[in-house]
Amino acid sequence: MSNILEVKDLSVSYGGIKAVKNISFQVPKGEIVTLIGANGAGKSSTLRSIVGLVKPKTGNIKLNGKEIAGKTPEQIVSQGITLVPEGRRVFADLTVLENLKIGAYMRKDSLEEDINWCYDLFPRLKERNWQLAGTLSGGEQQMLAIARALMSRPDIIMMDEPSLGLAPIVVKGVFDIIREINKQGKTILLVEQNANMALRAAHHGYVMETGTITLSGTGEELASNESVKAAYLGKNKKNNAVR
Amino acid sequence: MTKKKETIISVALIAALLIVLYVLEQILPSTSMLFTVLKKGAIYALVAVSMNLLNGFTGLFSLGQAGFMLLGAYTYGILTIPVEQRENVYMYFDGGIVQFTVPVFVALIAAGVVAAVFAYLIGLPVLRLKSDYLAIATLGFAEIIRAVFQWDKLGPLTNGSNLLRAYPTFNSVLFPFLVSGICIAIIVMMINSTYGRAFKAIRDDEVAAEAMGINLAHHKRIAFVVSSFFAGVSGALLAMYQTTIQASTFKSAMTYEILLIVVIGGIGSVTGSCISSFLFIIFSEWILRFLDNDTYIGSFHVPLLRAGFRKVVFSVVIMIIVLFFRQGIMGTREFSIRGIYNFLTGKSKKKKTAKGGNA
Repeated sequence: MSNILEVKDLSVSYGGIKAVKNISFQVPKGEIVTLIGANGAGKSSTLRSIVGLVKPKTGNIKLNGKEIAGKTPEQIVSQGITLVPEGRRVFADLTVLENLKIGAYMRKDSLEEDINWCYDLFPRLKERNWQLAGTLSGGEQQMLAIARALMSRPDIIMMDEPSLGLAPIVVKGVFDIIREINKQGKTILLVEQNANMALRAAHHGYVMETGTITLSGTGEELASNESVKAAYLGKNKKNNAVR
Repeated sequence: MTKKKETIISVALIAALLIVLYVLEQILPSTSMLFTVLKKGAIYALVAVSMNLLNGFTGLFSLGQAGFMLLGAYTYGILTIPVEQRENVYMYFDGGIVQFTVPVFVALIAAGVVAAVFAYLIGLPVLRLKSDYLAIATLGFAEIIRAVFQWDKLGPLTNGSNLLRAYPTFNSVLFPFLVSGICIAIIVMMINSTYGRAFKAIRDDEVAAEAMGINLAHHKRIAFVVSSFFAGVSGALLAMYQTTIQASTFKSAMTYEILLIVVIGGIGSVTGSCISSFLFIIFSEWILRFLDNDTYIGSFHVPLLRAGFRKVVFSVVIMIIVLFFRQGIMGTREFSIRGIYNFLTGKSKKKKTAKGGNA
């Protein structure tokens, strides 16, 4: 299986403070890969450096075999990768439709087909086509953020804590959508604190702690791992490894 | 209502407006206050819309508008004073160094271009700043430009602190309406294009916009340069209206007046800016004049009314607006023919009207 994204020895630092220390991981084509870890583990910094919002200090990032480390977000997004930023960050004063069009900013061709595709995935957004994004509920905003990212026709889509601040039932909906998008052929790199949900959805997972990757394995392996259980899943829950 | 119908009605309305203006000019004496208001209102509408492009649509809080207007005004004046008049105008500087004139329209465009070039150069360092810091930096630039243009050493070009005059001006109120109308139409087209959408995205959330692949520096620079271009053109129009140019008129108070117009009209509404600029001019030039005069009712001396009191009233107005009517007249909505049609026929669609007519 070929890797769509390969990260090697990536380090990110903010003025001397090392947020990410020499991590390496791969994302195989067509899979859901998750990075889990506590606050400050460096998960978001990893995603931000992949998409170019933060310049990595050292390391290689290869997308479809091409080096993208150190390029601008503009160049990186046009190569087929997008980020659904943490905290949704929809454009509050623009309509749902305008938000989607911004998502396709790098493209010059017709958007009709993709907009319809997004509306098929998220019928709620279609109903709210002309509504300002800021007036949507948290769950709807998350849907919009995902749809917006899909508009650039990425090969791989990175999501930074899509479950943040959402009710459990809505979180379930978000993960259903993530699986659905994956089924339709998109590769997904998912960063989560909700380890339980993330590991159930993922084919492969990495555990990050204070800037380094401490564990890796398939979703099921990690979910049944004793130390992961202790740290992220709650020691007493023994039945959550089953899908 | 079809799109075609809408266009026809828009064109008809604009034509009707121009005809009404033309007829008014034939009937009323040209010194009528109405024309002063209309001319100045049209010019301020343009500069307010250009400021709105930056502050309202791109979210860049810039206070350099008066500086760019000054650049436009001087460029226009310097390029259009007839050669035979130059000896007279530049009497302290041996007729100045520019010894040619260009046609009015070329000079108007040159006015915009000079302002735009300065905006580009200033934008390189200044656009890295955000919100208040950007405001301070641009305000500082405007003040520096004003001081530099009054500098004696530049006299052969700018006539130092003396007036520039004797350049071609306009008599008809149609001229500023046409020029402003065309310029505002161009800005509206830009706002409705993908560029406009990117500007609004930057305004709403810079990080998300960048993550979508929008080049922040590039788009901010475009907004800044385009806004300054039209500020330059409006500066030239203002010079034509005032018939003389003096750097000291382009004070920061002028920027605040324009900011007031933008806020009253609604930050992020082009038609709001147009409407409020006329309202502002009507009130400041015409209706509220009495506030500046000592007034007696019988033998009773009305208190407070004296020169400068108008400014106090304006300050109170802006405080009231900022405290209670933050949306201004239009908010971010636009005045449109479709909107009125739907309003009149009772068809209120949920759809937000995106396009607006212009002055």
